[in-house]
Amino acid sequence: MSKAAEIDIVSVSKVYGTTTAVEDISLKIPAGTYCCLLGPSGCGKTSTLRMIAGHESISSGDIRLGNAVVTDLPPAKRGTAMMFQSYALFPHLDLIDNVAFSLKMKRVDKEKRRAKALDMLKLMQMEAYATRRPAQLSGGQQQRVALARALITDPEALLLDEPLSALDPFLKIRMRAELKRLQMSLGITFVHVTHSQEEAMALADLIVVMNDGRIEQAAPPRDVFERPATAFVARFMGDHNVISGRVTGSRDGMVVFDVNGGGTLAASGKPQQAGASIDIAIRTDHVRIGAAPAPGLGFTGIVANIEYRGATVKLSATGAGIDDFTVIIDDSEFFARPVAIGDAVPLAWDAEDAIVLGRLHS
Amino acid sequence: MTVALERPTIAASPIRRRRRFSLGAVTPYLQSAPLALILGAFLLLPIIMIVVVSFWDYDFAAMYPDFLTTNYSDVLGSWVTWKTYLNTIKFAAIVWALTLFIGFWVAYFLAFHIRTTAMQMVLFLVCTVPFLTSNIIRMISWIPVLGRNGLINSTLVHMGLVPKPIEWLLYSEFAVVLAMVHLYTLFMVTPIFNTLMRIDRSLVEAARDAGASGWQVLWNVIIPLAKPGMAIGTIFVVTLVMADFSTVQVMSGGQSASVALMMKNQMSLLQYPAAAANAVVLLVLVLLMVAGILRIVDIRREL
Repeated sequence: MSKAAEIDIVSVSKVYGTTTAVEDISLKIPAGTYCCLLGPSGCGKTSTLRMIAGHESISSGDIRLGNAVVTDLPPAKRGTAMMFQSYALFPHLDLIDNVAFSLKMKRVDKEKRRAKALDMLKLMQMEAYATRRPAQLSGGQQQRVALARALITDPEALLLDEPLSALDPFLKIRMRAELKRLQMSLGITFVHVTHSQEEAMALADLIVVMNDGRIEQAAPPRDVFERPATAFVARFMGDHNVISGRVTGSRDGMVVFDVNGGGTLAASGKPQQAGASIDIAIRTDHVRIGAAPAPGLGFTGIVANIEYRGATVKLSATGAGIDDFTVIIDDSEFFARPVAIGDAVPLAWDAEDAIVLGRLHS
Repeated sequence: MTVALERPTIAASPIRRRRRFSLGAVTPYLQSAPLALILGAFLLLPIIMIVVVSFWDYDFAAMYPDFLTTNYSDVLGSWVTWKTYLNTIKFAAIVWALTLFIGFWVAYFLAFHIRTTAMQMVLFLVCTVPFLTSNIIRMISWIPVLGRNGLINSTLVHMGLVPKPIEWLLYSEFAVVLAMVHLYTLFMVTPIFNTLMRIDRSLVEAARDAGASGWQVLWNVIIPLAKPGMAIGTIFVVTLVMADFSTVQVMSGGQSASVALMMKNQMSLLQYPAAAANAVVLLVLVLLMVAGILRIVDIRREL
């Protein structure tokens, strides 16, 4: 069953009338990878998935699956299977017939297809409900049936369009674990569209962050989180302070820049031309209250808000031209030396925690 | 502060609660009264009267309150009645099959092949344009088209395709069926269009993803899901055709019979009890047909 296929997207665009939904993206998804397409709504992630599935025509470019170019093939001839956002189970058929649908379309005889469908339902632990209709199932059960229906075609890649968005938060986490386990045991390529960075981090081997029809960054979750490529990625993944400014020079392998209308800061990165605009990211949980280890690695901020979160405390500070600088510190550290709203506190971070972000060429 | 605020409320509440209680008990009845009165006066009462009258005695001039079953034995014992009923059922079956076929494809085209909602609505309104004129006018307007010297016959004769006008175009069963299909197809289009519009488009995509061809999608997904709409359309068309007398009379030129036409003739001969007995039999037959349709298709989803 483990015949996973590599998916190769080569400068693919999708144009609807005058609007460009996907703009010249290229992406290689290695065989057997759990890949998450992540981005806000309207970023082109669903269009990309639907183009891989064959439910959307490709305006320009090519898509390869394994060794075959599938650009102009109909969905069923591609070796992909799609799981739809609301599962799209056939309401007039019972679970066995739902799962056996693709076999029926291939004119497999009734006994054989029902037996195989039952096996598939057993794999999903849904055989007890085999004769029920989809409307009689809960959201999580419907998802399992939809998975069974998609997997019965023995696909090389499974495409999931926001599979968890219809579930309540508790079930979301359980089904998430189930998806991951299933992908590991089947070993096939999963492409999963989501707008939740938490979901993507939990599941993916490869996160593809998309914005405005383009890929901002495609990397393993840890890279995306620790070394976000652009300001958009840093903001979208969260837990980063993104600061913009203009380069004034460089010192000790650090870029020195002026925050617009504020102080001077430094960040690790290649020297850049003076006057160029620059974005940097600082992890909110790597900021501490204390003196800066070197000039430009800290500022004095006025505490604007304090939120107690249990294990951590979230401070919002303003200063040095930065409107909203978030600091997450351990509760023990905070309560050892508490601060109050309106206090001026020195905030500092280490050189490697301030990263210069890149920009997409437009 | 809370105590001080609560006290007046407690003091005032018994009176207010009592008034609300008495009104509350009557309100639902008051609300349902208008509809109950209308249905009672214009549906239930006439039906009861027809049932009562169907047991009365009559002669050429008057009716006499009585309890006789002769009206029913006359209706059910005469081969003319049986033939007329069979003829009516035959019309119903043919018209049903044709309107279902045409209605489904029109609705399918509107629902799945017209992209924009605005265009769908425009075309749907175009379908209803004939309904701006009366039934009779729409029916009669067939006469200059189908008649002996009508549009079709004169064209065919002029083109030399037929030596003399075709006789069976008008005043025939063909004409009856044609006019009925014309009159009643929209009653099939509307409910089917309604069900088709509610089909989740992702179901079609899911079927395509599973390798279904266009016809397989139609047969395995769209038609099964359109069944409730087809059932509602069928109820409309069957009941309308079963009760039709004007179309049969005008379009067959009096050469074909239907149950309703038979009743009309009985009434014009002042045989009201006989017509009433006939009406009761027809009512029972139509109700049985509707019950049969409802047994086969679950239309609750549509209501």
